[in-house]
Amino acid sequence: MTSVAAYTTSTGEAFQFWVLGTVAVIGALSTILMRRAVHSALCLAGTMIILAVFYLANGAYFLGIVQVVVYTGAIMMLFLFVVMLVGVTAADSLKETLRGQRWLAALCGLGFAVLLFAGIGNAAVTDFNGLAKANEGGNVEGLAALIFTKYVFAFEITGALLITATVGAMVLTHRERTERAKTQRERAEQRVREGKHLPPLPAPGVYARHNAVDIAGLLPDGTPAELTVNGTLRERGQIRDVSHEALADLRALEQRSADRLERPDLRRTDIGREGEGTGERAGRTEEASK
Amino acid sequence: MNPVNYLYLAALLFAIGATGVLIRRNMIVVFMCIELMLNACNLAFVAFSRLHGNLDGQIIAFFTMVVAAAEVVVGLAIIVSLFRSRHSASVDDASLMKL
Amino acid sequence: MEKLIALLVAAPLLGAAVLLCGGRLLDRVGHWLGTLLAAASFAVAVVLFTDMLGKDAEDRSLHQHLFRWIPVEGFQADVAFQLDQLSMTFVLLITSVGTLIHLYSVGYMEHDERRRRFFGYLNLFLAAMLLLVLADNYLLLYVGWEGVGLASYLLIGFWQHKPSAATAAKKAFLVNRVGDMGLSIAIMLMFTTFGTFAFGPVLGAAEETGEGKLTAIGLMLLLAACGKSAQVPLQSWLGDAMEGPTPVSALIHAATMVTAGVYLIVRSGEIFNAAPDAQLAVTVVGAVTLLFGAIVGCAKDDIKKALAGSTMSQIGYMILAAGLGPIGYVFAIMHLVTHGFFKAGLFLGAGSVMHGMNDEVDMRKYGGLRKYMPVTFVTFGLGYLAIIGFPGLSGFFSKDKIIEAAFAKGGAEGWILGSVALLGAAITAYYMTRVMLLTFFGEERWRHRATASPEEPGAEPAAETRGGPGGHAEPHPHESPASMTIPMVLLAVGSVFAGGFFSIGDRFVHWLEPVTHHDHGDSPLSAATVTGATVVVLVVGVTLAWFQYGRRPVPVVAPRGSLLTRAARRDLLQDDFNHVVLVRGGEHLTRSLVYVDHTLVDGVVNGTAASVGGLSGRLRKLQNGYARSYAVSMFGGVAVLIAATLLMRAV
Repeated sequence: MTSVAAYTTSTGEAFQFWVLGTVAVIGALSTILMRRAVHSALCLAGTMIILAVFYLANGAYFLGIVQVVVYTGAIMMLFLFVVMLVGVTAADSLKETLRGQRWLAALCGLGFAVLLFAGIGNAAVTDFNGLAKANEGGNVEGLAALIFTKYVFAFEITGALLITATVGAMVLTHRERTERAKTQRERAEQRVREGKHLPPLPAPGVYARHNAVDIAGLLPDGTPAELTVNGTLRERGQIRDVSHEALADLRALEQRSADRLERPDLRRTDIGREGEGTGERAGRTEEASK
Repeated sequence: MNPVNYLYLAALLFAIGATGVLIRRNMIVVFMCIELMLNACNLAFVAFSRLHGNLDGQIIAFFTMVVAAAEVVVGLAIIVSLFRSRHSASVDDASLMKL
Repeated sequence: MEKLIALLVAAPLLGAAVLLCGGRLLDRVGHWLGTLLAAASFAVAVVLFTDMLGKDAEDRSLHQHLFRWIPVEGFQADVAFQLDQLSMTFVLLITSVGTLIHLYSVGYMEHDERRRRFFGYLNLFLAAMLLLVLADNYLLLYVGWEGVGLASYLLIGFWQHKPSAATAAKKAFLVNRVGDMGLSIAIMLMFTTFGTFAFGPVLGAAEETGEGKLTAIGLMLLLAACGKSAQVPLQSWLGDAMEGPTPVSALIHAATMVTAGVYLIVRSGEIFNAAPDAQLAVTVVGAVTLLFGAIVGCAKDDIKKALAGSTMSQIGYMILAAGLGPIGYVFAIMHLVTHGFFKAGLFLGAGSVMHGMNDEVDMRKYGGLRKYMPVTFVTFGLGYLAIIGFPGLSGFFSKDKIIEAAFAKGGAEGWILGSVALLGAAITAYYMTRVMLLTFFGEERWRHRATASPEEPGAEPAAETRGGPGGHAEPHPHESPASMTIPMVLLAVGSVFAGGFFSIGDRFVHWLEPVTHHDHGDSPLSAATVTGATVVVLVVGVTLAWFQYGRRPVPVVAPRGSLLTRAARRDLLQDDFNHVVLVRGGEHLTRSLVYVDHTLVDGVVNGTAASVGGLSGRLRKLQNGYARSYAVSMFGGVAVLIAATLLMRAV
C-alpha cells in the first residue's frame, strides 16, 4: 500500500484532491470570514483534518496522524479553551476601523497568491520521484532514522524550546500576589462595614416545583428574588422566570376560596387591579391544570 | 494529476491565512490564521518531500509542528494575560505605540 | 668667542625673568639688577667687538648654534645666532643706549611703586631686540620681532590706569599686528620659494630666483618694516605711543623698536637688490614718511609728540636710504646709529624738562628754561645741533651721506628723492629749532601759571613728589638728578662725535662693507655741492623758525593756524583716515555679514529644520500604532521582495 500510494497520482487521489481541496479552501475562507471566534476555530479544525488526509495521501503517514492528534486534537482544543475563557458569545463587528486596511489586505493577499502561483509555475516540476523508496522501511522508521541521526541537534533544541515555552506560558499567566491575602475575619468585618448582604445568599429554585440554578426563588408575594441566581447568569439575562405561574396559582386558589365563601367583590377588585396581563396567565394556568 | 497542485493549494491557503491576519481584529482569530499559514507551509513541505523522494521535507514539517505548538502555548498565554489586564482581545486596542 | 653670543640675549632675558617672577623682595634692588644685566650685556658686546676688530674683515662673522627648535622633515628651524658687522653695530647701539636709558630710568621712575616691573619690561625689550638682530634665520627673527611688539605693548601701556595709555598700547599692538602679518607671510613665501628661511641660503639664492616672487617677499617685508618702524601707512601708533613713560619713548625711538624695520630691510638687502619694484616702493615709503613726519613735527605743541614726528621723519630717511640699494645701506645704518644717540639724548632731555616742569608737555608753557636746567640745555642743544645736521656733528655726516646717495640713485628718480631729502632737512631744521626756541629761549611763559598735565595730573611719577596735592602749583624748574644727567651727557658726547668718527676715513663704510656691500653710484652733483645745499637749507630752516618763534613772543594758546597746520596737529588726519576707511568699512562689512548670516545662513538652517520637522509630521501619520497597519506594510514589502526575486530570476 505504501508504494502504490506514493508513486503516481491515481484518479482516486485526483478526485479526492479536488473535492477535499475545495472544502479546505472553503474552510479557510470561513475561518477568516466567520464573525464568531468559535466558528472560525471549528472551520479551521475542519481544514486541518482535510490537510491530515492530504498528508496521508502524500505518503506522510506519521505526519497525518500527528496532524490529527496534535493539531486538531490538542492545539485547536487549546484555542477553544481560550475562546471560551475570553467569551464565546463575543462576536467581532465587521466594521473596519482602519481606513483602507481591508482593501490593502485583500490586495496584498491576492498579489501574494499570484506571485506564489507564478513562482510555482516557473519552477517547472513536471515529473516527481515519489516516496516509495524512502518509505520502504516504513515511514515512521525512516523519519526516526533521520530525526535521531541527521537532525538530532534540531530535535534536541526543539525539545528545549518546548520546555521554555511551557515555563514561559506559566510565567505569563501566573498572577503574582502583591499583598497579603485577607483572613476570613477581616473579610467578614469588611462586609459588615460596607453593609453588604451578611448571611449566605438564598438558594435558587422554587420549592417542590423547580430545582434548576437558573430559576429564581420566589419572595413571599410571589415575585422572583434576583439574588438567588448566579451573578453570571443574571448578567447574561439567562434567568428563567416562573413567578407568573405561581401568581396564577395563587390567584386561582383565592378565586376558589372566594367562590366558596361567596365574596364576589374581592375578585372584581382583584381583576381590576391586575390589568390585561392576568387574562393570559389565567388561560395558561387552565392549560397547565389540564 | 500532478502533485504540484498540492503546492498551489498550499499557496492559496497561505494567502488566505495572511489576508486573515491582516483583516481580523480578534487576537485569537489572528492567531488561528497564523496557524493556517503554518499548516499551508507544512502541506508544501510534505508535497516537496514527495516530489523529491526523500523524507527531509516531512522532518521539517514535523519540526514546524513542534515549534507551532510552542508558539501557540506562549501566544495564547500572552492573549490570556492581555485579556485579563485590558478586558479586550482586540488587536487594535493594543495600540500604545501610537503617538 | 661664539659662546658669548647667547649671553648677549640671556643677560637681559634673565633680568626680565627674575624681575617679573621675583616678587616684592626685589623691589629694593630690582632697578639696579636690571641696569646691571643690561650693562653686562653691553660688556659682553664690547668684548665681542674687540675680538671682532682683531680679525680680518672677511671672517668677522660669528655663528652659534644653540639647539634645533622645530625638527620637522623639510621644516628645520634652529635657535642659532649670527653675529656679523651689521648685527654687531645694532648690538652695540642697543646695549649702550639701552643701558644708559636704564640708568636714566632709575632716577626717572624713582617714585613709581611698580619700578621693578618696569625694569623687567625694559630688560625684556632689550632681550627681544637683541634676539631680533642676532637671529640667523627669519623665524627666530620673528620671535624677537613679536617679543619687541609685546614689550612695547607692555611699556606703552605701563600706566594702564590711564585710559589713554591703555588705548595707545592697544593701538600700537594692533597696528604692529598688521606689519607682523606681512613678516609671517614673507617667511611663508620664503619657505615655499627657497625651502628654508635661514639668512645664508635665502639671501644666497636670491640672485637666481624669479623677480616676481622676490618682489612679493620684498613688499611683505616692507609691510612688516612699516609696522615696526612707523612708516606710512602704518605710522599712526607712534604718536600715541608717547603715552608711555619717557624712557620708553627714548628706547623705542632710539635703540630698539623702530630700528627693527630698517634692520630687516638692510638684512634682506639681497632680496631687495634683485627686486627693483620692491626697492622703489621702499624709497617711496621712506620719502613720503620723511615729509609726513616732518610736517607733523612742525605742528605739534607737545614736546614728545614733536620729537615723535621727528623720529618718523628720520626713520623715513633711513628707509629711503635702505631703498636705494647698495648705495644707501651703509648710510641707513650709520644714520640709524647717530640718530640713536641724538634722539635718545633729545628724549631724555625732554623727559628731564618734563621732570622739572611738573610733567607739563606743552611747549607753549615752557620758555627760558636754559637758566634753570643748564645740563639739560647743553645736552639737548647738542642733540638738536646733531639732528639738524650742523656741520661737524653726527647728523651732519650721516644725513649728508643719505642725501648724497639719494641724488646718486640717478635719473629723475634721483633728483626727486634728493630734493625730497633736502626739503626734509630744511623742515627738520625748522621744527627742531622751534622746539629748541620754545623750550629753552624766550620769555618764561610758565610763570604765574599753574601747569599740569591737561588730563591726568600726577600721571608721571616725577610730578607726584613736588607741587603738592594735585600738582597744580607753579612749577619750579630745576636740574635733574645725576642718574638722569649722566646718561644725557654720555649721549650728547655720542651725538657730537659719532658721525665724525664714523666718517673720517670711511671707517663705517669699510666696517659694514662685507655684509651690505657698498656702491658709490654716480651722483650728478658733487659731494661738496650736496653738502653746501644741505647747509643752505639748514640755515634757511633755522632762520624761518627764528623769525617765527625767536623774534616775537610766543602765544601761550596755539593760534588757529592754516589748514595744513590744523591737519598736521591731527597727525595729518591719519586717524581720521583709518577711522573712515578701516573702522567704518569694517563696520559696514560686519553689518552686511550679519545680515547675510541672519537671512541666508540662518534661513538655510532654520529652513532645513522646518522642512525636516514638517516632513516628520507627515511621516508620523504613518506610525498610527496599529499592529495591523504595520503588518500590511511588512506583508506588502515581502510581496515586493518576492516579486523582485522572481523578476531577477526571469531576467
